[in-house]
Amino acid sequence: MNLLNLSFRYKTPLWGSILIVAATLAVSASLMNQAYDDLMSDLLNSSTNLSRTLAKTLFPTMMHEEVWRAFEIIRAPLHGGPDGSLVQPEMIFALDNRQQVFVSGQPKSLPLSADIRQFGEEYAQLADRIVASPEPDAAIIFSGSRHIYVAVPVAEEGARLGTLVIVHSKDVFMARFKSVATRGAVIGLLVLTVLLPINWYWGQRTAVPLVQLARSIDSVAHGVPPKLPLETYAYRDELGQLFEAYGLMVKALQEKALLEQEMIRSERLAAVGRLSAGIAHEINNPLGGMLVALDNFKRRGGHDERTLKTVAMIERGLTQIRDTVSAMLVEAKVKSRDLLPHDIEDLQMLLAGEAHKRSVSIHMDSDIAAPIALPATLVRQILMNLLLNAVHASDTSGTVRCKVRHAGDTLTIETENTGRTIPPELMGHLFEPFISSNDTGHGLGLWVTYQIVSQLGGQITAESRDGLTRFSVSLPTGEKLS
Amino acid sequence: MLRVGLTATVPDQYQLIEEWRRYVERKLKRRVEFVRRDSYIETMDLLRLKKLDFAWICDYPFVYFRSQVRLLAVPLYQGRPYYRSYLIVPASNQSTASISQLRNKVFAYTDPYSNTGYLTPRYQLHQMGEDPAQFFRQTLFTWSHQKAVEAVAIGLADGAAVSGHVWDTLSIIKPELTAATRIVSRSPEYGFSPVVARPSVRDEDFRNMQKLLLEMAGDAEGKALLRRLNIDGFIAGSPRLYDEVARMMKAVNEK
Repeated sequence: MNLLNLSFRYKTPLWGSILIVAATLAVSASLMNQAYDDLMSDLLNSSTNLSRTLAKTLFPTMMHEEVWRAFEIIRAPLHGGPDGSLVQPEMIFALDNRQQVFVSGQPKSLPLSADIRQFGEEYAQLADRIVASPEPDAAIIFSGSRHIYVAVPVAEEGARLGTLVIVHSKDVFMARFKSVATRGAVIGLLVLTVLLPINWYWGQRTAVPLVQLARSIDSVAHGVPPKLPLETYAYRDELGQLFEAYGLMVKALQEKALLEQEMIRSERLAAVGRLSAGIAHEINNPLGGMLVALDNFKRRGGHDERTLKTVAMIERGLTQIRDTVSAMLVEAKVKSRDLLPHDIEDLQMLLAGEAHKRSVSIHMDSDIAAPIALPATLVRQILMNLLLNAVHASDTSGTVRCKVRHAGDTLTIETENTGRTIPPELMGHLFEPFISSNDTGHGLGLWVTYQIVSQLGGQITAESRDGLTRFSVSLPTGEKLS
Repeated sequence: MLRVGLTATVPDQYQLIEEWRRYVERKLKRRVEFVRRDSYIETMDLLRLKKLDFAWICDYPFVYFRSQVRLLAVPLYQGRPYYRSYLIVPASNQSTASISQLRNKVFAYTDPYSNTGYLTPRYQLHQMGEDPAQFFRQTLFTWSHQKAVEAVAIGLADGAAVSGHVWDTLSIIKPELTAATRIVSRSPEYGFSPVVARPSVRDEDFRNMQKLLLEMAGDAEGKALLRRLNIDGFIAGSPRLYDEVARMMKAVNEK
């Protein structure tokens, strides 16, 4: 798997962590390097100072060959400092000009007047350097595998009697350096334990909304209906702007989808309307002829009982077909007078019987005071259908309210009833024919209403929730007919 | 004021020496100064220059500078006015049984005017027919019996000859030091390092000082001081005690 293809959730904190670790390591390494150099130069400086002082003190004793006094001089610094002190020499010895031991702090390992070269390769190298030293007065610093040697001449005014050598153990030095390094490492780890979780937290904080956004956009691209991400992003940075833009896009997409749905539905309704009107016309014409023919047949007389019974049955059937078909035949272009205030008032009376049967009270609220340029018959039919539906859908002892308002060029009608909520799956097909939520009607009322409203150039919407169902109709008012 | 010289015959017990000085001051009812010098020759010079009135020196310088000193008192060690020289080697050396086995080794002398720390080992080598100047690979002077013991203990020297009295005293006050050394042999007895006066000292001072030393063992405080000095007391003594040293000196042809 390619690291670069990782999710931002991991990539951001991962790169951050790598950078933090690398930076911490780099800083720690340079500090340790510095500490090493400082420690080493401290050691060499103090050692050189000590050896110069000792060499000066040693000069007269070497001159007088006072081995014991020389021993007392070099013995003092060997037992001076506390244990583990960095500058505490491990051994001090003085060589004469033939590189033989004049005195040594550890006479058991470096006996008097023995040639230093015989005690190991490092001592031999040291002796060679002392002999080869171009500057007679310079200090010689020689680093062996486990020891550091600092050698200065024992000399006064150019008279050189020998060399003083101070030996430091690298173990002590390394132990001290390790303690410094350990301290540095612990601090580095502390920094990491603080920075890494912070980095991880910030990485996640930035990446998680981004990842969600990416997923949402991805699902939109794959046709899943768009919806807003679960989490919002509260800050006004680029990510926040992205979220805002996405929100706007989702809203626009949702509106577009809604609009499309609405268009499809009204197109469907229009198609159904055209189809049913066409069929109704086609049926209506022969139907009229058939009913006239039956009427004539009956009038001629002389038919036996059985025939009459059959004819009556056919007549009933045809009448039922005519009723149904005529209900479907919405003829908006019928001649009608303008809507008058009392048309509305009449309705209450017409519905009183039905309302009484179900103990439903009807409240009419109309502000119409003058004639309105809308066909009275159709408006009355709209109101009749909606109110009858409301009365039927209402609970017993419920209330049906109707509000009619005329403002500007628009007449608005609102009916409400309490009672059962229309199930959501039905809402989309409410205005289609033969759709009914109860068993009593034939299911054409709302369809007819819709057809009338459509033909009048108006709109009808329904909403039903929490036990309240409301139909709203708005109709553009035209010029007065009379 | 009386000035008393001290040498390496007394181990480095500075507090004891100060207490002894105050004791002498109280007894003599006059100011007394103790002057410590590492080498016998310096002390002998100070006596000669009348910078000192009395000095506790070694038997060898007493013989060597016989005409320049007057015997004041001789300490009693283990009840007798004698002591010995110990030949010591590091404790790790278990094989050496005689000074003859220290050929080409590093040897620590105390002082060129010490009997037990210089004359005795050289006399022994001389008796064996060896040349003391060539026998050892290297020799060094520590200017103190105690330091000669230290030099052997730490291995700076492969051997040393020291005053038996000092070694015995160190084995009490610094047992860890003597434990690092081993006594190879003990010499015959020699007259103990004497306390001397310069010949020109006033008779009264001489008598008072001699009386004080001889009576030290008689009072509790003096006895306590003597015990810490690891001696039993002082006697007037006789120069004859040191005839053997004189004989050795002649034998080694030192004079």
